[in-house]
Amino acid sequence: MIAHNLVALPVVLPLLAAAVAVLLPPGRKPWLLATGIAWLVFAASLALALRALGGEVLSYPMGGWEPPWGIEYRLDAANALLMVLIGAVAAAVFPFAGPSVKRELGEEKSPLFYAALLLFLAGQLGIAVTGDAFNVFVFLEISSLASYTLVASGKDRKALTAAFSYLIIGTVGATFYLIGIGLLYALTGTLNMADLAARIPEVAETRAAHTAFAFIVVGLCMKIALFPLHLWLPNAYTYAPSAVTALLAASSTKVAVYLLIRFVYGIFGADFSYREMPLAWLLIPLAVVGLLSTSLVAIGQNKVKRMLAYSSVAQIGYMVLGIGMASSLGLAAALLHVFNHALMKGALFMALGALVYRVGTSRLHQWRGIGRRMPWTMAAFVAAGLSLIGVPLTVGFVSKWYLVLAAIELGFWPIVAVIVIGSLLAVIYIGRVIEVAWFEKGESDERCEAPLSLLIPTWVLVIANFWFGIDTRLTVGLAELAAQSLGGTP
Amino acid sequence: MNLLGHYNYIVVVVLMMLGFYTVIARDNLVKKLIGLGIFQVSVFMLYISIGYVSGGSVPILTEGVTLYSNPLPHVLILTAIVVGVATLALGLALVVRIREAFGTVEEDEIRLKEDAEG
Amino acid sequence: MSHHLILRVVAKFLIPLILVYGLYVHFHGEVSPGGGFQAGVLVASAFILHALIFGLNKTRPIARPGVLKAIAAGGVLLYGGTGVAGMLFGGEFLHYGVLAADPVKGQHLGIILIELGVLFTVASVMLLIFYAFAGRQKPEAQ
Repeated sequence: MIAHNLVALPVVLPLLAAAVAVLLPPGRKPWLLATGIAWLVFAASLALALRALGGEVLSYPMGGWEPPWGIEYRLDAANALLMVLIGAVAAAVFPFAGPSVKRELGEEKSPLFYAALLLFLAGQLGIAVTGDAFNVFVFLEISSLASYTLVASGKDRKALTAAFSYLIIGTVGATFYLIGIGLLYALTGTLNMADLAARIPEVAETRAAHTAFAFIVVGLCMKIALFPLHLWLPNAYTYAPSAVTALLAASSTKVAVYLLIRFVYGIFGADFSYREMPLAWLLIPLAVVGLLSTSLVAIGQNKVKRMLAYSSVAQIGYMVLGIGMASSLGLAAALLHVFNHALMKGALFMALGALVYRVGTSRLHQWRGIGRRMPWTMAAFVAAGLSLIGVPLTVGFVSKWYLVLAAIELGFWPIVAVIVIGSLLAVIYIGRVIEVAWFEKGESDERCEAPLSLLIPTWVLVIANFWFGIDTRLTVGLAELAAQSLGGTP
Repeated sequence: MNLLGHYNYIVVVVLMMLGFYTVIARDNLVKKLIGLGIFQVSVFMLYISIGYVSGGSVPILTEGVTLYSNPLPHVLILTAIVVGVATLALGLALVVRIREAFGTVEEDEIRLKEDAEG
Repeated sequence: MSHHLILRVVAKFLIPLILVYGLYVHFHGEVSPGGGFQAGVLVASAFILHALIFGLNKTRPIARPGVLKAIAAGGVLLYGGTGVAGMLFGGEFLHYGVLAADPVKGQHLGIILIELGVLFTVASVMLLIFYAFAGRQKPEAQ
């Protein structure tokens, strides 16, 4: 029974657990439940990934209704990579959330907070696994609504305005997506992704198909926070509670990037996206401008959390660059960077949360000499920062290496230069933090390390950054398999 | 191209642009939410009018009727309406709390207060 | 609004009717337009009418927020539980056909249970949203 229903379980478990969490009394119990569920989900997604790595495509008819009439859950290598990613991030962030959220928000509202966290998880996993275009919209909105509430739960009053503008832009993006799906349904009469992919070539010449494509791509780019549609992201990340920021940064935009890849390559097909529609001319310039400009803005920030938020927008530029190259290697690099960036940003935001736990602020000038006071926490920050820069032996290096290879393969030499400049800019903004934290003198040298309950999950992700930087078999294998199955060449 | 034959699309586009313009151009947060509502409703209209089959009956099994409207878009929109309700409730709740925290629902005034905080 | 005699008499007369109509929309939703969502909104509207006429302070003790929260979660669990039952009986999640020996009967049973969960959740969430907005004190008055 479990083997048969394994595909559905990662979505069903958190969904039901969210309802249970509401019923629990305030305190530690909702957190314990959420953490247990996150670990179960991670185990299930690993089991699924192992089956997908064997080249198997799992199809699960929801409610016993056969596709293409019913909702199909469909798992191939691309979904499996994303599910492992979400499961792994949740399994690391949820244990971290307990002490961090208790310190930042208190425990009176913990049942509702963890219910929202679990709903967010269910929505993300649902997007990853579903094979139905409308079902994607529903899960997108479940996870988005949960994340608006989570952002608004931040203590600063600016969290409210940040959540509000996130809500407006997120809803407009989702509605754009809905318009696109509606037009596609009118054209083809189906909502199943595989069925859509089979029927779109017949109608590829029509203007309605072009409009649908434009609406879907722009809608998803709002969710991705691709420059210049990224304006909601810096405030939302800055004012959300630390654990929420780690979770959002590591999974939310990544899922939207996956959706963009799925639609551009899997459903419309690279031929339509790059020959019929000028997608490369849209994505590559925006990615390049966004990557450079937001990296520069990141250097000027005096709040570390905000700096990392801008760096997230810049890193999205790398992923979109890989998508825009329209080659198998570029696509594999983009998928790889989705996974790797989640690992490094998750680790960075968690280390930041652990530092904020003791210091109480992420303002850089109050971090003077923090490296001597919290050496292990700051070391985690630096290690993850090295990965963000792309130093060899880290995951950041692996995905940037593949991106450079993809650019060279196509002869895009200016792109190679952009990638290198982007990495140098990352050296500057991470370097600023290191300088203040290690080389400037603080008021006291007293040791005040973050508690182990925060350090252990953080270091688990940091070690994952190095592990997958050295042993790239699982990630590169899945990414290449996914790129092949999506058909990367136009 | 027959304009009257496509009048449902014209209604959809007019509503869509009205709503979208309101979302972008208005500073009042409640008006933004109203605009968002109009924008979403225009998409609901798009789906519902797509489902209509000319001459078709209500999609409930009745004797002597062979041609039905397509119920699927209607069911999809039922889901989307629920999502819209949840979004509106959450948005208004945020506006209430913004009003309590900042004493105003005008975006430009809120921004001034935020900038003053640094 | 204690002096509005007509409103109070009419409301007392209407509220039970609205509740019954809500249940009708639910249980008849299988064969005619309707279902848990519509029924839930109708049931909630009966309570909201009560609150508008008699005041929030009279409605809250009848439908207490804590209880409503439990009902809302219970509705989701009923929905999900029916889905999981489908798995336990050897089908897929939300596969109602396997719930009874006869697949058609199973479909009947499944859809009624699912929609009942929807009814519980929608009615209580609508009411909770109403409470949250109507019962919010001005910050100065707190």
